Amino acid sequence: MSITTEPAHLRPNVAWRQIGRPLERTDARGKAVGATRYAGDYTMPNMLHAKVIRSTLASAVLRRLDVGKARALPGVVCILTAADLPDRLAPTDIPGQTGQERQKTDQQILVRERVRYFGEPLALIAAETRDIAEQASALIEVELDEAPGVFDPAAALEPGAPIVQGTNNVVASNKIRKGDVGKGFAEADLVIENTFRTQFIEHAFLEPEVGLAWVDESGVVNIRMSTQVIEHFRYVADALGVPHNRVRIMGALVGGGFGGKEDVTVEIYLALLARASGRPVRLEYTREDSLVGHGKRHPFVITYRTGVKKDGRITAVEAKFIADAGAYVFLSPYVLIYAVVAAPGPYRVDNLSVDAAAVATNNMYTSAFRGFGAAQACIAYEQQMDEVAKALKLDRLELRRRNYLQTGDTISTGVPIRSAVWTEQCAEQAWAALGERTLDRGPIKVGRGLAAYQQSYGRITWLHDTSEGWVGVEVDGTVIVRSGVTDIGAGQVSALAQIAAEVLGVTLENVVVYNSDSAVTPLAGTTTATRALYMTGNAIKLAAEAVRERLVTRAAKQFGVDPGQIDMADSKVSVVDHPDRSMPFAELVKMCAAEGIHRSELAMFRAPFTDKIDPETGQGQVHPDYAFGAHAVEVAVDTETGEIEVLKSVGAHDVGQAINPAAVEGQIEGGAAQGQGYALSEEMIYRDGVLLTPSFSEYLIPTAMDVPPVQSIILESRSGLGPFGAKGIGEPALTPVAPAIANAVADAIGVRIHDLPITPEKVVKALRRQAAPSSTRWPDIDWARSGAAHRGGTA
Amino acid sequence: MLSERTILLEVNGRRHRKNFPAHRTLLEALRELGYFDVKCGCEKGDCGACAVLIDGEAIDSCLTLAWTAEGRGITTAAGFGSAQAPHPLQEAFAKLGAVQCGYCTPGLIIASESLLRRAPDPDDDEIRLALSGNLCRCTGYTKVFHAVKEAARARAGGEER
Repeated sequence: MSITTEPAHLRPNVAWRQIGRPLERTDARGKAVGATRYAGDYTMPNMLHAKVIRSTLASAVLRRLDVGKARALPGVVCILTAADLPDRLAPTDIPGQTGQERQKTDQQILVRERVRYFGEPLALIAAETRDIAEQASALIEVELDEAPGVFDPAAALEPGAPIVQGTNNVVASNKIRKGDVGKGFAEADLVIENTFRTQFIEHAFLEPEVGLAWVDESGVVNIRMSTQVIEHFRYVADALGVPHNRVRIMGALVGGGFGGKEDVTVEIYLALLARASGRPVRLEYTREDSLVGHGKRHPFVITYRTGVKKDGRITAVEAKFIADAGAYVFLSPYVLIYAVVAAPGPYRVDNLSVDAAAVATNNMYTSAFRGFGAAQACIAYEQQMDEVAKALKLDRLELRRRNYLQTGDTISTGVPIRSAVWTEQCAEQAWAALGERTLDRGPIKVGRGLAAYQQSYGRITWLHDTSEGWVGVEVDGTVIVRSGVTDIGAGQVSALAQIAAEVLGVTLENVVVYNSDSAVTPLAGTTTATRALYMTGNAIKLAAEAVRERLVTRAAKQFGVDPGQIDMADSKVSVVDHPDRSMPFAELVKMCAAEGIHRSELAMFRAPFTDKIDPETGQGQVHPDYAFGAHAVEVAVDTETGEIEVLKSVGAHDVGQAINPAAVEGQIEGGAAQGQGYALSEEMIYRDGVLLTPSFSEYLIPTAMDVPPVQSIILESRSGLGPFGAKGIGEPALTPVAPAIANAVADAIGVRIHDLPITPEKVVKALRRQAAPSSTRWPDIDWARSGAAHRGGTA
Repeated sequence: MLSERTILLEVNGRRHRKNFPAHRTLLEALRELGYFDVKCGCEKGDCGACAVLIDGEAIDSCLTLAWTAEGRGITTAAGFGSAQAPHPLQEAFAKLGAVQCGYCTPGLIIASESLLRRAPDPDDDEIRLALSGNLCRCTGYTKVFHAVKEAARARAGGEER
């Protein structure tokens, strides 16, 4: 289902031929017939097979690491430990090309002395075969002395808690001070307070981390790998101590990312082993390596205090966030900023106070995951909205209607929203699409829930984000696009082809995109932060428009008309309203080539650049713009067994402009499933920092049996900063799903379960608690001292 | 040392003779032979990315030892068709947007084909059950579901190759 509502002043002059059509993605056919080569499908003659040896404890001192016997095993070519490496660190700050000063948050490459998390790498093996690498790993002798660790953020804040690193367990803190919360609460007729908890979750992309590295004849380290960020070549070079131009990273079509391939994964290990062995080296993580070895989504403990008038207008919000950063900093400071900025949700809150801290523990480090802190905030603020509505005995949608932000209102950080804010339209349409309500059947109670959201697209503006892209036309009339962008499965590359095809008046099959090679494709930045279409799409549009202008100018001269009268479509160039006056596109291109008219362009797109926000008030610009929308669900809860079935799931999002509506639907459907797992079944469980769920039979992502048919409603305000007015959908698709489900469960059973995931066990316990007369209210919780429950959910 | 022997594997109608040790899984063997459309997702039978047909039955090649597949007909997703001449399922998956990152797609095609061979006109629950052993993290299964229905219709309409 696709609904386009066009403000008249934004209507384009000429009908678009490629944009807005649900075209078959350029990468779909190769993948469907099994012809696509992923990073793990590349091999080289004389290639070695690598393995990473990891710590079996979360907090320990490395007493002895003896690789002598393993080195002696025939077929073992190279084993590296910290003792074999120069004294260098692996950068872990936000990736990319922005030229900003790096935070001093680097990580040891291999454990030198202190183990800080379960699975921290101790040694690297490269051997002739995978079997030999496996045998060698059993011969490595490791002695670890268990050291006091801290596994709970609240405990990590206690005086005397073990310090994970440095001098303090608080790795980042943020606040917002907007308006006057004291005054706001004084004006309130009612104040509602709740604490919510979210869990560690895992990206669970289907393709585990993998790469192949070799050193070429000029000493350049080449790495072909699965990554969202080819521009980690700089961090690899820094870790090796070589100039940046001596490391090249080539991507391939990526088998899923979701933020989990945003940080460095296998590339530094590969580079070290390829240099040390002088041979090509392949490293493919097992699923267990993958589940153990990359950062997770931050668990949060979130407390909201909301003041409202009787009519539902919000007078003040006070929010407190504690995030578990795990053992290394990675992107925690940025995740925290996203959470804080999103704290009021898509609502106008003039009096706002937010305090947030990311706290180090000896749990697995946490970093980027689709939604990036804003998703955790949404889980809290949207459950809180339902609790407020319940307390006021007000319809849940009506409460929201009375508080939605509108264009021109200021968000949490004091800057006005300039693009369209169609939250209300999205929420109303999603809710209406649930249709007739399914009836209760005995112990099966049906409930409905909705969540609306505000989610940024594009990177933090003080990172000064840019993207470069190249477009050229060949003399046969075909089009080439070159962009460093990585395609992580959402159709990033296909969207670029569609944009170039639109601007140059050719069809999709006439465009080929060469992408994700840090040495030869223009650096496009990361495929993260819902920025790929916004940034790279704009860069390719700029480049294509520059080429178009030269071609059109030449065509206008040929036909003796004004350039404004030239149209290019279906590989034909014609005079508008005179279809008889036309020539093939290829002929025009040949003409330009013969006359030395430049047929290509390298363009750079720049996002808005700002300075950092005021650290005391959190006021200032943080993101280029925001997307708005809503998700609605209907669930059935078996009150005897606690089992929850999602019956209906509808996402409605203003995407600005859908470049490819089928791809947008794909994002909404996938986000709905991933959000469902977040709400109901997924939890990475750590006990004393040790992962208890290292497989897909323990970490349960939704299957085809679990997810109902998802309905997508696409609204198009054409008000975004992306190409053709696009906003973004990658992260927004996920953000409202889990809170919508939590709200539906509370609606079904009349009691709220404040910590995700909402397992059958928790449902049954909550219903028993509710049945007991003395405990109908959620107990008051000291937010700073709580947090244990987020890990103990299935104890 | 490890016991090895030469076995004959028949894959997509081609015969391969190669030495494999006893513990080599069919997944590893097929990838060694260049069948890269057979994907490694978990090596534990949890995800279905490595599914192939053996004598028409869908199995997880990661849970099958190569030796046990000797002399039996193995079909991988790439054995069904090509970009120029796709199988109806491959056509439907591509056309209807059931492919995103694509890593789970070959396994889903195998599971779907196995279903359509035994139930040419499957109902919704049969499709959901048939796909439930194949994890997909990108699509939410909605378009996969539509693609299987579309392919079933195409087969019923006599378009089966």
